Amino acid sequence: MKKATIQLGTLTCPSCMQKIENATKALNGVEKESVNVLFNSSKVKLDFDDEKISVEDIQNAITALGYEVKKSQVKDK
Amino acid sequence: MQRFILSKKNHIMLIGAILIVIGFTAELGFKNEAIAVLCLAIASILGVAPIAIQAYQALKVKVVSIDVLVTIAVVGAFLIRNLEESAIVTFLFLFGAYLEQRTLNKTRSAIKELTEMAPESALKQTATGEFEEVEVDDVDVGDVLLVKTGAKIPVDGTVLTGEGHINEASITGEAIPVGKKKDSHVYAGTILENGTIQIIADRVGEDTTFGKIIELVEEAQDSKSEAERFIDKFSKYYTPAVLVLAIIVWAISKDIELAITILVLGCPGALVIGVPVSNVAGIGNGARNGVLLKGSEVIHYFSKVDTIVFDKTGTLTVGNPKVTDKVIYDDNIDEVLSYLASVENESDHPLARAIVEHIGDTKFYSVEKTDVVKGGGVVANIDGHRVAVGNVVMMEQENIHLSEKSREDIANLERAGNSLVLTSVDGELKVLMGIRDQIRPGVKEDLQKLKRLGVKNLVVLSGDNQGTVDLVAKELGLTEAHGHMLPEYKASHIEDLKAKGHIVAFVGDGVNDSPSLALAQIGIAMGNGTDVAIETSDIVLMNSDFSRLPHALGLTKATSANMRQNIVIAVGVVVTLLTGVFLSEFVNMSIGMLVHELSILVVILNGMRLLGYKLRR
Repeated sequence: MKKATIQLGTLTCPSCMQKIENATKALNGVEKESVNVLFNSSKVKLDFDDEKISVEDIQNAITALGYEVKKSQVKDK
Repeated sequence: MQRFILSKKNHIMLIGAILIVIGFTAELGFKNEAIAVLCLAIASILGVAPIAIQAYQALKVKVVSIDVLVTIAVVGAFLIRNLEESAIVTFLFLFGAYLEQRTLNKTRSAIKELTEMAPESALKQTATGEFEEVEVDDVDVGDVLLVKTGAKIPVDGTVLTGEGHINEASITGEAIPVGKKKDSHVYAGTILENGTIQIIADRVGEDTTFGKIIELVEEAQDSKSEAERFIDKFSKYYTPAVLVLAIIVWAISKDIELAITILVLGCPGALVIGVPVSNVAGIGNGARNGVLLKGSEVIHYFSKVDTIVFDKTGTLTVGNPKVTDKVIYDDNIDEVLSYLASVENESDHPLARAIVEHIGDTKFYSVEKTDVVKGGGVVANIDGHRVAVGNVVMMEQENIHLSEKSREDIANLERAGNSLVLTSVDGELKVLMGIRDQIRPGVKEDLQKLKRLGVKNLVVLSGDNQGTVDLVAKELGLTEAHGHMLPEYKASHIEDLKAKGHIVAFVGDGVNDSPSLALAQIGIAMGNGTDVAIETSDIVLMNSDFSRLPHALGLTKATSANMRQNIVIAVGVVVTLLTGVFLSEFVNMSIGMLVHELSILVVILNGMRLLGYKLRR
């Protein structure tokens, strides 16, 4: 299990949070309970299984929604 | 393609605006229907493109977002050939989003300033002994780093070589540079004002004190109160409900125009953004002013506080007590004082430090079998003698006989506001010391401010004797004072206050009062950038600055009121518009969208007022 903190471009609409949350939760390998989208700091924090999915895949899922990914940090859990 | 359109949102908005102006001029000024229709049609199609893409992406992940409502409404208006409406609505929606982003960034600016103080690079020693610049994320515990004058300390660490002065304002709030030499601890985010040092990394990244402060503030600004969670849940069902309502209205009235108007009017914009905006601006103001607020739940509770309980030593007083009186009951006093200094030298209790300082240069013995009696004192063996150091309660536990005279001395010293430390050797009282602490400057005025802000009960709980505590209470105008309080009594006293229906805040130094900090609805730590204080409390007053407390209370009250205003504005706007659409001719789609976007801006601007909040005298 890894813990990722993904910094996004500024989030402005609270419904963006819901979109990002649903999109990342739907990914296979992402721990559903761990997904936390922070509106004001425009960050996504989540735990994922690095054998099933890479952080790049998660980033792609977010950019596919039209949100900019600035950088991400992955740590062992 | 999708991404291209989204990234050009602002250009589309501008083109839309120009086309709308041309369209209306053509129609009204030159009565040229054809050009007007063309311009408005292009403006509508261009304008709806980014909104429709967002709507599609939302639906893909099963979210009925505002974009979905607006897209349906615009497409509907287009189909019934109401092109003015479709063009203006798309423009207003895009323009609103643009303004929202600009203003939101302002409300978040205070916290951004804080995070931008985080160090980014470090000079790390490589295997060859050279130093090379690396990103701060690439520094590991144990790495040796070079810090030059003017640079930020990249991690928490210990000085290996060199000397310098460091400005630790980012951690402690204190701007006077602190001298550092070999073996001194240095903290990430602080600035080396002069000198050059090499440090070894002890804690890196989020584990550093600065990292923890940032993480705390970041999480606080996004933490949600119960009311907010309710709004979130509400809006999850609210948007689909608006869609359903529009369909029902259409089915009954067969009036497409009315149905799509409802779609636009029902947008929940201001409601979902109002509370987070107040929250982030309030916490941002705090962070700038040395008050760390851990989230909106904390703001909610603290704004309603009616009872504040204070620890005495180090909170109301400076915490640097001095020995002021000494009564001796034995001729061989030098040896007793040596024993006493030896015992107290092992403790970092403020009273112990005062005693060691008072005795000064003396012979130190080795101390064995030290036993700390909580809230009482210390018992130890020195040179074959049993030495007990502590308060009156402990002397009684030790079965030490207190003569008539000593009891009188005790009463006298206590009345004068001293903390008492008694020392016995082999069951006999040898010396009595009275120790007094200075009241922090300005505390009295700060307590007055708290009272004016509506706090009814100001309580002091202390392990000291009743005389000392009463004296402090009288001088400061406190409403209640309790002495002889062990940590567990303090906690149960707070429990009692809570049971009586009070909302209780506890202010302490965060180290020995953690049960009370945790038990009170609001735990306030006088933090000196220490981890314990940051972790166990709900509010941290940086650099142990007591004068921040009234600001903190005023700020939470203002923030809480601001949230309520925003909810009222948001709900009021939706209700007014929805009644307007049914009861008057005046409300149409464009007006609905305009009022909506305005209400969003109003709540953001209202939230922004908090950034400049200052406690009035």
